[in-house]
Amino acid sequence: MRQFFFALFQSGHKQILPGFRFSITATLLWTGFLIVFPLSTLLIKPWQDGFGTMLSALHDGRMFAALWFSFSCAILAAICNIPFGLMLAWALVRAQLPGQRIADALIDLPLALPTAVTGITLATLYSTHGWLGAPLSQLGITASYGRLGVILALMFVGLPFVVRAVEPVLRTLPHDLEEAAMLLGASPRQIFMRVILTPLLPALITGFGLSFARGIGEYGSVIFIAGNQPFKSEIAPLLIVVRLQEFDYTGATAVALILLAISLLALFLVGLIHRRFSLWNEPA
Amino acid sequence: MSRYLIWVMSWLFIVVMLVIPLVLVLTEALRNGFLASMKTLYTPDALAAIWLTIRVTVVAIIINTFFGTLAAWVLSRFRFVGRQTLLVLVELPLSISPVVSGLLWLLLFGAQGWFGPFLERWNIHIAFATSGIILATLFVTLPYVVRTLIPVMEIQGRETEEVAVLAGAGFWRILWSVTLPSIPEALISGILLTTARALGEFGAVSVVSGHIPGETETMPLRIEDLYNGYQSVGAFTMATLLAIMAMLTVLLRTAPDWACYLWKKDP
Repeated sequence: MRQFFFALFQSGHKQILPGFRFSITATLLWTGFLIVFPLSTLLIKPWQDGFGTMLSALHDGRMFAALWFSFSCAILAAICNIPFGLMLAWALVRAQLPGQRIADALIDLPLALPTAVTGITLATLYSTHGWLGAPLSQLGITASYGRLGVILALMFVGLPFVVRAVEPVLRTLPHDLEEAAMLLGASPRQIFMRVILTPLLPALITGFGLSFARGIGEYGSVIFIAGNQPFKSEIAPLLIVVRLQEFDYTGATAVALILLAISLLALFLVGLIHRRFSLWNEPA
Repeated sequence: MSRYLIWVMSWLFIVVMLVIPLVLVLTEALRNGFLASMKTLYTPDALAAIWLTIRVTVVAIIINTFFGTLAAWVLSRFRFVGRQTLLVLVELPLSISPVVSGLLWLLLFGAQGWFGPFLERWNIHIAFATSGIILATLFVTLPYVVRTLIPVMEIQGRETEEVAVLAGAGFWRILWSVTLPSIPEALISGILLTTARALGEFGAVSVVSGHIPGETETMPLRIEDLYNGYQSVGAFTMATLLAIMAMLTVLLRTAPDWACYLWKKDP
């Protein structure tokens, strides 16, 4: 029986390396208990209280407002990150930026900084008396407790994804292409749009997608700077926490399911687009 | 000309977006002087939070490194039915919102969860207790070791290991003295990433912890508590400590690179 069970997994020729049974068993137990088991509750639990309860949980204006707020802020932040990420990647790879090593390490900072630290720091920085918030409020711009603050926080956490996606591709992009285009009489604008931007497009889309997927579920770095007002400046992950505090598990699960679906869909689309573009673009 | 423009704009962006926040953390922490901020760390709740964070991180490192290495072994050395699914599965936590990762464990072990009432009868508490915090941290840090090991082990190939088999070595012997010693950077890098994430995890832990000061508050949760209680110096001191711990961990990964650079050698 046991022989048969493991034979189900093995495909093709016999392996010489030892340890298959032990390590596959360990891996299945590990992923089963930590991932499959908890995720299955997310898929099954909401329907346990009946179809109607779940449907009414899905018909919730506050939930859609929160989801739309998270979604739009994440999209805008990811869009803003594209030009800046491209500029930083260019500065690191091509422009021989002075202090390149330090800049390179600093770009990973948002990934290293714990989200709660990021959150309270940005909230203090952009508050109306903060170092950057005060000058902005003199210009009549309120950064914190609103959409702008959330976008700034999401730009902060998403930036490394764009830079790190573009950088390796830019590194492999041959210089001769640009020189050839220049000799053929292309304007700098044409060179940038056609020769540089086109091969970078898959990488930019990947960076955009990763930045967006991170942004829509982001919690720690955002809640301190967001106003957290229902229907106005409440992010979807916070609504999950609020629903849990009200012991409304079905409501919390409804938001969680939609949030999960959006980020998985985004990553799936990015993979799809990336693969399609890469077929004819990626330099060998 | 355009190159100088890129230099100026890049540095301006880096300073405004990245350097100023970093400086602000330190300035806010040291606002009342070094001694005053140290005093905020030397309170029972703060010390309990630091201790809890360290314990949770150590457990996450041990479990996810052990199983992560075994998973990397099976995923890189064998081709079997369901391998692709398993590859997707181990990366899944990276694309799940931290709050949702915490919610999953409440749905299982919370008061209204599947197993909560059952375990309650046996006096086992998982939600709003240390074990819940550990489970949430395990979930979010699961991918890092496997993910860093698999590509390196794929490149490494299995020739040396096959030679070891012919020489009569067993599974553990091969893993411990053939495979892992040739890829120490990847293993260490994976462990350090796990550490950094475990130290700083906020959303997932916040949902399952129940925020009991001195008992189920990790360092990030303590920061939130202090900040919302307008104890700015205490919050930023704790934030500085946590940021230093996490950033040192991440910087250690690139330490070999930096050493080469400082001694002007090629890596």
